[in-house]
Amino acid sequence: MKNTKVIVGLGSCGIAAGANKVYEKIKALKEADKLKFELKRTSCIGMCYREPLVEIIDKNGSYLYGEINEKKAVEIIEKHVIQDDPIKNYVVHTDLFETSDKDFTEDQVKIALRDCGYIDPEKIEEYEDRGGYRAIRKIAGQRMSRLDVIQTVINSGIRGRGGGGFPTGLKWKFANNNKAAEKFIICNADEGDPGAFMDRSVLEGDPHAVLEGMIIGAYAIEATGGVIYCRAEYPLAIKRLNIAIEQARKNGYLGKNILGINGFNFDIYIKEGAGAFVCGEETALIASVEGERGMPRKRPPFPAESGLWQNPTNINNVETLANIPWILLHGAEEYAKYGTEKSKGTKVFALAGKIKRSGLVEVPMGMSIRDVIFKLGGGIQDDKKFKAVQMGGPSGGCIPEHLVDTIVDYDSVNATGAIMGSGGMVVMDETTCMIDVAKFFLDFTQKESCGKCTFCRIGTKRMLEILTRITEGKGEEGDIEKLEELSYQIKDNSLCGLGQTAPNPVLTTIRYFRDEYEAHIKDKKCPAKVCKALLTYEVDPDKCTGCTVCAKNCPTDAIDGARKEVHFIRQDDCIKCGTCYTKCKFDAIKIS
Amino acid sequence: MRIKRVSTKKITEEQEQVDINLLNPLIEKYKDKKGNLIPLLQGTQDIFGYIPYEAFEKLSSELGLELSDMYGVVTFYAQFRLNPVGKHIIKVCHGTACHVQNANAITDALKESLKVNDGETTEDGMFTLESVACLGCCSLAPVMMIDNDTHGKLTGGQAVKIIKNVKIKESN
Ligand SMILES: Cc1cc2nc3c(=O)[nH]c(=O)nc-3n(C[C@H](O)[C@H](O)[C@H](O)COP(=O)(O)O)c2cc1C
Ligand code: SF4
Ligand code: SF4
Ligand code: SF4
Ligand code: FES
Ligand code: FES
Repeated sequence: MKNTKVIVGLGSCGIAAGANKVYEKIKALKEADKLKFELKRTSCIGMCYREPLVEIIDKNGSYLYGEINEKKAVEIIEKHVIQDDPIKNYVVHTDLFETSDKDFTEDQVKIALRDCGYIDPEKIEEYEDRGGYRAIRKIAGQRMSRLDVIQTVINSGIRGRGGGGFPTGLKWKFANNNKAAEKFIICNADEGDPGAFMDRSVLEGDPHAVLEGMIIGAYAIEATGGVIYCRAEYPLAIKRLNIAIEQARKNGYLGKNILGINGFNFDIYIKEGAGAFVCGEETALIASVEGERGMPRKRPPFPAESGLWQNPTNINNVETLANIPWILLHGAEEYAKYGTEKSKGTKVFALAGKIKRSGLVEVPMGMSIRDVIFKLGGGIQDDKKFKAVQMGGPSGGCIPEHLVDTIVDYDSVNATGAIMGSGGMVVMDETTCMIDVAKFFLDFTQKESCGKCTFCRIGTKRMLEILTRITEGKGEEGDIEKLEELSYQIKDNSLCGLGQTAPNPVLTTIRYFRDEYEAHIKDKKCPAKVCKALLTYEVDPDKCTGCTVCAKNCPTDAIDGARKEVHFIRQDDCIKCGTCYTKCKFDAIKIS
Repeated sequence: MRIKRVSTKKITEEQEQVDINLLNPLIEKYKDKKGNLIPLLQGTQDIFGYIPYEAFEKLSSELGLELSDMYGVVTFYAQFRLNPVGKHIIKVCHGTACHVQNANAITDALKESLKVNDGETTEDGMFTLESVACLGCCSLAPVMMIDNDTHGKLTGGQAVKIIKNVKIKESN
């Protein structure tokens, strides 16, 4: 038992699922009986759908236990740790025997996530033990020149993971070309796509990887200052970053003459966002760091020439930066082995929505969306029918079933009208209404538009109004064309990416689900039975027992009927609130 | 564009009593830093739960910040509040993943149970109900956060139960 390790996953979602209680319980057991095993913490393991997760590593190997509560925690400690008898039914992953979740991990290649779930993110030694800070040491030891570092990144072929997909090495080269006394490197940790959590997991699970990426970038472009712009909704990420920065300073990775490289002075501080999606855009982000309203400005000048406080500035996404140390350590060729011709390496995806296994996966570029969703993701919840997957968040689009064999790389996904984006994949099934989804995104972009450009500010509002009307059964002939017209005008007349891409969710749903729009507009029906105003509530006379519950609860007294007699809904008075449907215990309210 | 509703109601006597000197350490910490406006306002909100009018005046007179700049920033970012909030803040996630898993049902149930609208505070000053876009726990959708505790895989009924438990704890 002495060499047995018990590791509890304490990422945000693990904690939300009760992992802290599990940790405390195990700790109490260990202390009460003076047990000799080692108790450790880690962060996101990726199998978020099985939280809380506890890994036990004994002399035979690793066993990952899923859905552990306090009671099960006691069982696994007693059986597995004390009596050396693993509880196979609770194991969700191991290399020692077959488990139900093998498909989830089998085809993954972990580069950006190489340490997530393996290390305690609050301990720099654990990062160092797994090869951490060895890339920057290698650069210092071999006196690699700045241009060599940049060339390695160029050769690796890595493209920005924040959504734009711009080659990272080239970006560094531009920043390096602009000479100035002060330069900045900014890590974009604003993760604005609602429904995506790749960056959160990396920040919480492996903050030093991001710091090391920034330090290497700073060396390459001769940056003097570093800023991590992190959204305030991620308190745990901010806490762990602060700890990591403190430790990196102590170990000499930040500060003056770093690792003996003469004149390499660099430090990092954190700037907390204040809740504005548009601040993910580079120039808006810079304005926000400077303490202003986060409104994008015209480019050029690009941040590489004039960014933070008018100094040359390079901005990279969290996942991009987390890849950098690996590339420098293992070489560009090793990285470029993975992926397709124009999209090298791996990509992290956050699987969510109506998918069986929602969580975090990292796969080589070029895998098909089908494999990601059906093999790794295990398919659709309750075995319902797959309808579409949303990629790229508010700037992206919905990829329908007939295109599910599209492979993940920048160009193939763009060809569908969606975008790769930052890696959110929200899966939708037959019970999701595509007009409702389009409306959801327009509602989001309309609120988040900074208001600078007329088309983005007012155009998105008009589109939202039309979509709202359609979902309320007031759609008119010609609405689809109006939406398309507005979409193209907004795309053409907006300054920043927010406006330029805001119509994408509408355009892709019109393109692939036009019949659903038409059903709403012409037949006043919502095929997915989501849009409340388009539903009809009726009593099924064969099932109604006359219990009167529905009538008592109906807010508009739209239901007639005496006790023990079949009830009846007067359609003119029904406001379609759905109360009768949820209240009836006899399944006697029908929706059509 | 986000339109912040600014209360036109006269703020009650009780709410006006804020100890403005609590701001002193914050002012000390940030007074000479570049780009200090947002951290100052965030710090102020951490202290009072919102940004009282007196705080604007103090920051302006002691640091020479323009009132109009501060107001511009406060109304631009979703995080800032101009009105006092309840003791507990309930943030219901309405990100994409939560939306497709029926987050509306959570907000509706809470609205009904607390008798408030989205963005409002209960009469007893106990809860403020807010919507946010993605708490980063999408795999547990639908999700809500009360103060710093996140709860996932909720139904409307469970959400209401969690709030009731908070209430019970408060009355003990
Ligand atoms: C409206 C808008 C929101 C964005 N949000 C983010 C974000 O949350 N995170 C991010 O890394 N990039 C975001 N981007 C992209 C960034 O502007 C930028 O391209 C990226 O951070 C560059 O890093 P990369 O080259 O490593 O991808 C956003 C862009 C736009 C137009
Ligand atoms: S496109 Fe929209 S968000 Fe971007 S600058 Fe214009 S108004 Fe602001
Ligand atoms: S609640 Fe159901 S069973 Fe009872 S009266 Fe209404 S429809 Fe009939
Ligand atoms: S849907 Fe609502 S308004 Fe209509 S009959 Fe049922 S309870 Fe009454
Ligand atoms: S496994 Fe817990 S956050 Fe992903
Ligand atoms: S969409 Fe709700 S937590 Fe991400």
